[in-house]
Amino acid sequence: MIDLTEITRIFKMGDQSVYALHEINLNIATGEYVSIMGPSGSGKSTLLNIIGLLDRPDSGRYALDGKNVTDLTETEQAQTRRDKIGFVFQSFHLVPRLTAAENIEMPLILGEIPPDERKSRVADALQAFDLQSRAQHRPAELSGGQRQRVAIARATILRPKAILADEPTGNLDHSIGAEVMTLLEKLCQEGTTLIVVTHDRELSARAKRHIGMRDGKIVTDSS
Amino acid sequence: MTLNDTLLISLRAVTSYRVRSLLIILAMALGVAAVVMLTALGDGARRYVVNQFSSIGTNLIAVMPGRAETSGAFLGATMGRTPRDLTLKDAQLIGRLPQVRRYAPLNVGVAELSAAKRLRDVTVLGSTADLIPIRHMNLAQGSFLAHDSEHSAQIVLGAKLAEEFFPTSNAIGQRIRLDENRFLVTGVLALQGETMGYNTDEIVIIPIDYAQSLFNTTSLFRILVEARSHSDIPSAKEAIHDTLKKSHDGEEDVTIITQDAVLDTFDRILHALTLAVAGIAAISLAVAGILIMNVMLVAISQRTPEIGLLKAIGADAADIRHLFFAEALWLSLAGTIIGFLFGQFGSLLLRLAYPQLPAWAPAWAIIAGVIVALITGILASLLPSSRAARLDPVQALSKK
Ligand SMILES: Nc1ncnc2c1ncn2[C@@H]1O[C@H](COP(=O)(O)OP(=O)(O)OP(=O)(O)O)[C@@H](O)[C@H]1O
Ligand SMILES: [Mg+2]
Repeated sequence: MIDLTEITRIFKMGDQSVYALHEINLNIATGEYVSIMGPSGSGKSTLLNIIGLLDRPDSGRYALDGKNVTDLTETEQAQTRRDKIGFVFQSFHLVPRLTAAENIEMPLILGEIPPDERKSRVADALQAFDLQSRAQHRPAELSGGQRQRVAIARATILRPKAILADEPTGNLDHSIGAEVMTLLEKLCQEGTTLIVVTHDRELSARAKRHIGMRDGKIVTDSS
Repeated sequence: MTLNDTLLISLRAVTSYRVRSLLIILAMALGVAAVVMLTALGDGARRYVVNQFSSIGTNLIAVMPGRAETSGAFLGATMGRTPRDLTLKDAQLIGRLPQVRRYAPLNVGVAELSAAKRLRDVTVLGSTADLIPIRHMNLAQGSFLAHDSEHSAQIVLGAKLAEEFFPTSNAIGQRIRLDENRFLVTGVLALQGETMGYNTDEIVIIPIDYAQSLFNTTSLFRILVEARSHSDIPSAKEAIHDTLKKSHDGEEDVTIITQDAVLDTFDRILHALTLAVAGIAAISLAVAGILIMNVMLVAISQRTPEIGLLKAIGADAADIRHLFFAEALWLSLAGTIIGFLFGQFGSLLLRLAYPQLPAWAPAWAIIAGVIVALITGILASLLPSSRAARLDPVQALSKK
């Protein structure tokens, strides 16, 4: 499903070039559960951003679902992102002035889903993530675990093919983090590709495939 | 994202950031209110003057002795000529012109009015019966120089004078003295208040021949002429000019002023003034525009992570641009509407405070004010919203 060929991403800082990603080759099949580990600055987030079409590589080829997505226009990228990718971030990234239900609804609004269908899908999602009683609360009134559940509900509301989670438990207590991971794993069992960046060995061990990175390169890849 | 959702979501942002929104709306509203109120004031002043002019008569032409020189001023002076008097005969000649509906010779002076134990100085108008309709005066009671009494010593009292001199009895039929002369009160003017600088409630009107003997003159102060219609005014003016020139042995020694010309001048001046004031008020709209731009830029930098998030969940540049654009549109729309209401309310207060001033903002000013405000808001939001749309999602997301 995800096909990266010789992907390189360079950041220029003054006259210095940082190879955030250096000729990465990576294939991930639909429904895989992959964890990415590596020291800080090894390029994990950059890799995830490129897979999620938030960032473009400086060279290399990226095929998503067999389709070359390297040269998509900004709008096409946005559409692909909306329909195929769900992001989960360490810091949740909920819109503070919107309620939990409204945050979950945002991708449906961007996808121009009719309001009636939006309502029922949001209701389903609230139920699936056990958030019914928090539907009308704003993010500031939610606990960290609840916020991340809202974020996951939002990431999955359009039933994406892949969920990209960048340290999803980084801001959560250990036990709450484990609960959140269980939720993500459940989605994976239902067929969604799951890629998780983490610093936590224990959590990483739960994945079926483990990728290790260092200095913009994949150094280990074991199943 | 549909237009409907764009409008709703941006409205949510407007109502969520209350202080920011109120600040912008207030700035916008003040600008619009200033345009509405100041033009109401300016146009009110213009209409006040126009009304005053119309209230003293319609299609009026005033003839006065002496030439208002605009060039070659000292020609007459060096030849040692004083302008010829304007006489009753001149007035009668004018009265015969076909363009003239009616005319009234006029003398004005001050005399001492006395009756019983009361006595005071009053302004005396000497004229003929037609003065009353020409000057749009109304008699509350009685008459002035009714047909069978054209040469009797009669007097019409201003409403206030009648009240003052005859507080308990009816003034009509009473005798009253003007200096040494006795007059019979035949009429009382309706209460009218002040128009064009003098108060008809405190004047008296007597027949022209009595006035001329009272002030010991044969010259008229002026002749008031009412043309048959508005379109007759220019030809009436010309005919009066020719008639008087002939009767004055070819001398052009009178000044003829039409109410129209004076009115036009005032109308133009006050309209220009209103425009200038509207322009100054519009500057405050430009200031509001700059404020909107700055506040929007600040809002964008505060909401950078949110913009990054929206992009991550599938918003493209156009969606973001539309959202911020719609936000600015809501703000300027609200500011414009509230400013319009403020302005109308302020104009209402002006009208209450100065009942004589018809302080209504003219339609052109309201339309222009609203359009300028909306355009200002739109222009001011172009830069911020396109800046938001261009944000790189990865960097936006990582901004704290
Ligand atoms: N916008 C940027 N500008 C310049 N350099 C950048 C930028 N983003 C990332 N980098 C650099 O690219 C390299 C990889 O960064 P990346 O964020 O992918 O690391 P990471 O593995 O996610 O680290 P962490 O575990 O700390 O999140 C780092 O050296 C970082 O400094
Ligand atoms: Mg990272």
